[in-house]
Amino acid sequence: MTFSQDLALAAPELILAIGALGLLVVGAFAPRATTALMLASIGALILAAWAAAVGPIGRGFSGGLIADNASAFAKVAIYLASAVAILLGQKWFERKAIRNFEFPILILLAALGMGMMASAGDLISLYMGVELHSLALYVLAAMHREDAKASEAGLKYFVLGALSSGLLLYGASLIYGFAGSTKFDEIAAVVQGGASTGVLFGLVFLICGLAFKVSAAPFHMWTPDVYEGAPTPVVAFFAGAPKLAAMVLFARVLAEGFAGAADQWRQVLVLIALLSIFVGAFAGLAQTNLKRLWAYSSIANVGYAVLGLASGSSEGMQAMLVFMVLYMIDVTGFFACLTALSRNGRPMETIGDMAGLFKERPGIALAMTAFSLSALGLPPFSGFWAKFYVFKAALGVGEPMIVIAAVLGLVGSVVAAFYYLRLIKVMWFDTAPGQTDALPREAQVVAISAALFSFPVVMGALIFLDPAAKAAAAAFGLAS
Amino acid sequence: MALAIAFYLLAAVTVGAGFGVVSSRNPVHSVLFLILSFFSAAGLFVTMGAEFLAMLLVVVYVGAVAVLFLFVVMMLDVDFAALRQGFARYMPLGGLVAGILAIEMIVVATAVATGGTPKADTPQVYGDVSNIEAIGRVLYTDYVYFFQAAGLVLLVAMIGAIVLTLRHKPGVRRQVIVDQVARTPKTGMRVVQIKPGQGIDQ
Repeated sequence: MTFSQDLALAAPELILAIGALGLLVVGAFAPRATTALMLASIGALILAAWAAAVGPIGRGFSGGLIADNASAFAKVAIYLASAVAILLGQKWFERKAIRNFEFPILILLAALGMGMMASAGDLISLYMGVELHSLALYVLAAMHREDAKASEAGLKYFVLGALSSGLLLYGASLIYGFAGSTKFDEIAAVVQGGASTGVLFGLVFLICGLAFKVSAAPFHMWTPDVYEGAPTPVVAFFAGAPKLAAMVLFARVLAEGFAGAADQWRQVLVLIALLSIFVGAFAGLAQTNLKRLWAYSSIANVGYAVLGLASGSSEGMQAMLVFMVLYMIDVTGFFACLTALSRNGRPMETIGDMAGLFKERPGIALAMTAFSLSALGLPPFSGFWAKFYVFKAALGVGEPMIVIAAVLGLVGSVVAAFYYLRLIKVMWFDTAPGQTDALPREAQVVAISAALFSFPVVMGALIFLDPAAKAAAAAFGLAS
Repeated sequence: MALAIAFYLLAAVTVGAGFGVVSSRNPVHSVLFLILSFFSAAGLFVTMGAEFLAMLLVVVYVGAVAVLFLFVVMMLDVDFAALRQGFARYMPLGGLVAGILAIEMIVVATAVATGGTPKADTPQVYGDVSNIEAIGRVLYTDYVYFFQAAGLVLLVAMIGAIVLTLRHKPGVRRQVIVDQVARTPKTGMRVVQIKPGQGIDQ
């Protein structure tokens, strides 16, 4: 494969990298031109999404980069979510009188890292992608410097993220040592018909590191604190795209590198999935802060996605992809609502703050109701379809362990229903303590369109999403 | 024989110095032990024929990182006695975790030792070239994707450090080079006649 073919495969990455570098120079000389920089970054992301969708398919850079249907699917979703995050965040920071031209550039670089994760074909590109996007996220979490909680969130995220990177690297080095290669296809050849003890030891460390990045229990402890402290529009970004990228990377490592050891990693994943579902459901009951509540909700939801992964079939991968995309839209919309709402200049973040919201802001209250019902999994909202895919795939495998896990997952989802319904009750029936401030337009637009997507647009969108996710899942090369 | 002696000597010094890092009371001594362990690890690399890595270790870790540590330790007033206070309390739990980890490592190591060496690629040999040349040949060809990505990771770290720490204080007087260059005797000097017994009132 020639170098120019390699470059053609990496077109989305090149667009983002060159875009970020160019905009950084522009920003250094014209730091006041934040709106132009914002629009240019969004343009670069949309261009990269287009390049990923229509680009060639193949393996480049001696196996370091894989461009296939799965990476194209994930990249389009990730880049578009990042573009929305720039739109939400830039205006929010400007309203707080923080005129950082670096914000869109850091999101661009994070999106670049996430794209690298989605198309990693080698343990080195896996680590590079993870590190590139995490470093950008640490900075984004702490970007609101005057806020002590944001600094705390950034520091916590950084320290625990560094620990997880350490686990990841340790696992990767063990796998390299025992399998003799860093490339997924060569590792797959070594672990055909079961992994040796050494490789398995490394794989478990690698899974721990990745579980950290998707905030699956028991590696979830950073999530509530970071979500609570970090600026709300940044959390809207955190909760969606990076998790999708990490889940796709997870799927790629397991399906392309360790398909032969499926029976061995399946137990680990089922354990992680069930722990996440139950930690998310039960710990969420005690929360009063909505950002923390939604952090636990995201832990539970990641559990369902991991359950899809654990089924180890092509259907399971498809379920995971559909689940993550639908969840990403929901969670972005919910945090857009939180970004929009404030009372006397103070952000409304607790469940009590939402009292009587329906009378005053029916649009936003309806949107938040839709997101809560969707996260709860009530038909016909998008969350129902997401869970439907996961349970269908889990039951389709016919493995008793997965079936039991799916039943337990349903129980967890019933427990979690309590806190979603409580939020809806407070919004609709309690009396409001005071007037809310005017809603910023861009957050309102994002929230309402995400709510419209979760119902009824999702019904139509699934017609396109289903075959796209199916083609993407087929790229992982698992049996259906 | 000489190689074996060199290996055991260097390895013993590395481990001993590593123990010194965590056990010495004075933080400056810790950093000095760290430098010693870096040096002996560099020696280990030389015995394995990786002279470029050895040079990198000395230049980067000893030359930059360890000296930076030394600066930080000397400039920040960290109360290490207070940091040490929980040591006895956390010792049993920490020791337990470390012990479990050590046992696991030994089990894995023995499993591998009894199961024979795993399939390993023979390292690619580029004829009779030095380390530096061999690394240089692959860095911008086979590994260009990773290498450029590493560059971007460092760029993000730099942007992050600037975003989080740079503060534009109002009223700071900055150097304006154009003004300095444009200074002439006419604008910079004034000839004043001073009468004896009097000062100048500016």
